[in-house]
Amino acid sequence: MNQANKTANVTNNIPFWHDPAKRGIVFQAAALLLVLMIGYYIFSNTQANLRRQSIATGYGFFGKEAGFEIGEPMISYSAADTYAKALLVGVLNTLKVSFAGILLTTLIGLFVGIARLSKNWLVSKLAQGYIEVLQNVPVLLQLFFWYGLFHNALPLPRNSISPLPGVFINNRGFYLPIPEAHPVYKWMLLALLAAFIISYLLKRWSKARQDLTGQTFPLFSSFLSLSIGMPLLVWLASGAPTGMDVPHLRGFNFIGGLSFSPEFGALLIGLVLYTSAFVAEIVRAGIQAVSHGQTEAAASIGLRPKLVLTLVILPQALRVIIPPLTNQMLNLTKNSSLAIAIGYPDFVAVANTTINQTGQAIEGVALIMIVYLIISLVTSAFMNWYNKRTALVER
Amino acid sequence: MLRSIKPGIVILVAALLLAIPLVVNAGETLDSVKARGYLIVGVNGGLFGFGMPDEKGVWRGLDVDTGRAVAAGIFADPDKVKFVTLTTQTRFTALQSKEVDVLCRNATRTLTRETELGLNFVAVNYYDGQGFLIPKKLGVKSAKELDGASVCVLPGTTTEQNVADFFRTNKLTMKPVVIEQNTELNQAFFSGRCDCLTSDASQLAGIRAVAPNPDDYMILPDIISKEPLAPAVRHGDDQWRDIVDFCVLAMIAAEDLGISSKNVDEMLKNESPDVKRFLGVTPGNGKALGLDEKWAYNIIKKVGNYGEVFERNVGEETKLKLKRGLNAQWKDGGLMYAPPFK
Repeated sequence: MNQANKTANVTNNIPFWHDPAKRGIVFQAAALLLVLMIGYYIFSNTQANLRRQSIATGYGFFGKEAGFEIGEPMISYSAADTYAKALLVGVLNTLKVSFAGILLTTLIGLFVGIARLSKNWLVSKLAQGYIEVLQNVPVLLQLFFWYGLFHNALPLPRNSISPLPGVFINNRGFYLPIPEAHPVYKWMLLALLAAFIISYLLKRWSKARQDLTGQTFPLFSSFLSLSIGMPLLVWLASGAPTGMDVPHLRGFNFIGGLSFSPEFGALLIGLVLYTSAFVAEIVRAGIQAVSHGQTEAAASIGLRPKLVLTLVILPQALRVIIPPLTNQMLNLTKNSSLAIAIGYPDFVAVANTTINQTGQAIEGVALIMIVYLIISLVTSAFMNWYNKRTALVER
Repeated sequence: MLRSIKPGIVILVAALLLAIPLVVNAGETLDSVKARGYLIVGVNGGLFGFGMPDEKGVWRGLDVDTGRAVAAGIFADPDKVKFVTLTTQTRFTALQSKEVDVLCRNATRTLTRETELGLNFVAVNYYDGQGFLIPKKLGVKSAKELDGASVCVLPGTTTEQNVADFFRTNKLTMKPVVIEQNTELNQAFFSGRCDCLTSDASQLAGIRAVAPNPDDYMILPDIISKEPLAPAVRHGDDQWRDIVDFCVLAMIAAEDLGISSKNVDEMLKNESPDVKRFLGVTPGNGKALGLDEKWAYNIIKKVGNYGEVFERNVGEETKLKLKRGLNAQWKDGGLMYAPPFK
């Protein structure tokens, strides 16, 4: 009894600074406190300074009339709208170029990465050349190059190139005819949605059947024919309306139809080519990380080369590919802020004009940081979710 | 056993000290400039004729010489000045946060800048206005014929807003192409990406000067905005504001009085009471400003009067070939008008 008491006393008497667990808590709390204090210091000091210099702060300017035009708004916008709407137009433009960029980059990167590993000497060397050149030229220079090419090599609107009737290319942009507004297009969209749902159900059914019987089902081709065929049927059933909105020259520029500006084109091409070179290397590394034994084992059970790639190699390679691929996607999004150098009205460009006009530099820069942070966090959250799905489930 | 806690305590104490907002003593700007021994002026850095280093690295320009005039007024030495390059985004923040003493960066005086940004603009050193540069082959005679045009815009002072206002007022449409870098924007314009380029008329003259063939381009007669470009100081130091204001006005007044850097020494013997007061022969002005009585003499002797500074930097003999226009003396039909120096 006495003995036991003594032992307990000894453990209780250890001062907390000799207990690594408690010490850890103290240090972490201190670190947190320090960070908070620095944050508060910066914030309060800025506030105090601004007040002392009688500079207006806050986001009150959001509701004021912006008073400037934006080159290619995705939603209807005019100079009479508010700063908040102008900034939204900017955000949408950034999302547009990032989204299109990420899709194209992934496709081209995957293609070049696989080509890089091809046994065909010419194909593999071409892919290598592509990677080496595009990876090693600064992206800003590439943007200037493409932009310069667009407005120097292409003709003026009056002498536009017209490769197909209704399609015009000049140094103000690319103009395509689009179908005139008609109620049938809404139904075609619904048909497409229905095709997606049917394909998904088909996929579940075919998997169940394969588990039971071992029979496979041509999923991809049926998905393709469904998603093209169903909207097409709707279109034919409604009498196949063919009214087109064809771009035409009026005054200085073409109007009507669908158009892409050279600024958008140069930015998209520049970002996609630059980033896809990195993605190609990531894909190559991912595929090479799967040991050759896997290929041999798959071949030995009689899988065809195409199935070896899709069923054995790629699923394992994806585990290595996804995390750095996420990085490249974020890079592309962030690099899209270089748009201002070639005149694409992205978010940073609009925010810069806003700062210029309102003089609210701190608020403006904070807003830029917040928006990019949100876009990046959402992208990486999605990719993390996808990464978890593709990760090897260990038993 | 204390040793392991010590760093933590040190950090905590440091953090506590930092957390007390630094109470920056407002102080008189003049005193701090004198104590430092030189003046810090925020300038453009890339605008020919207003603020840009030449090929030898010597700063040149109307705004630069305005900064030198203030330095000459305070130190009797126009070279006791440091120029800091500022962008359109950083210029006001730099002034507010005391990185620069004076901002001479072709900034337009506006109501919100005076109030919400806490700035005081002093005497205008260049009356500018926004215009359009077009290729002659466009065949346009007036800006009102530009409906539907693609417009290359140099983001600057209030350029984007002015051009949008102009098109809205006249019920016209436009497509802006806003490029931040001058060289890229000029390239886009010269290659025909835009139908016209808009900016302050003084800048258009500079852009036209670097065109592959300047004669193919013309500046439309329409001036769509008022751009009184003036140096600025912070709110809250009236003495400093007066000093900068009158250093600029001294150059204008000197031209009015017929005093230039060449004849300023002879003018010391001039009998006119205005000239005597201006050059400090009759003392009083210097003391009132808190400067040496010779302050105006030093500005004119070492930098020159407004006419000299104008001709040297942007006048007919330079690449810009700008006429005096609105910037002529009031006697000659311009807007340059200095109050009496008494």
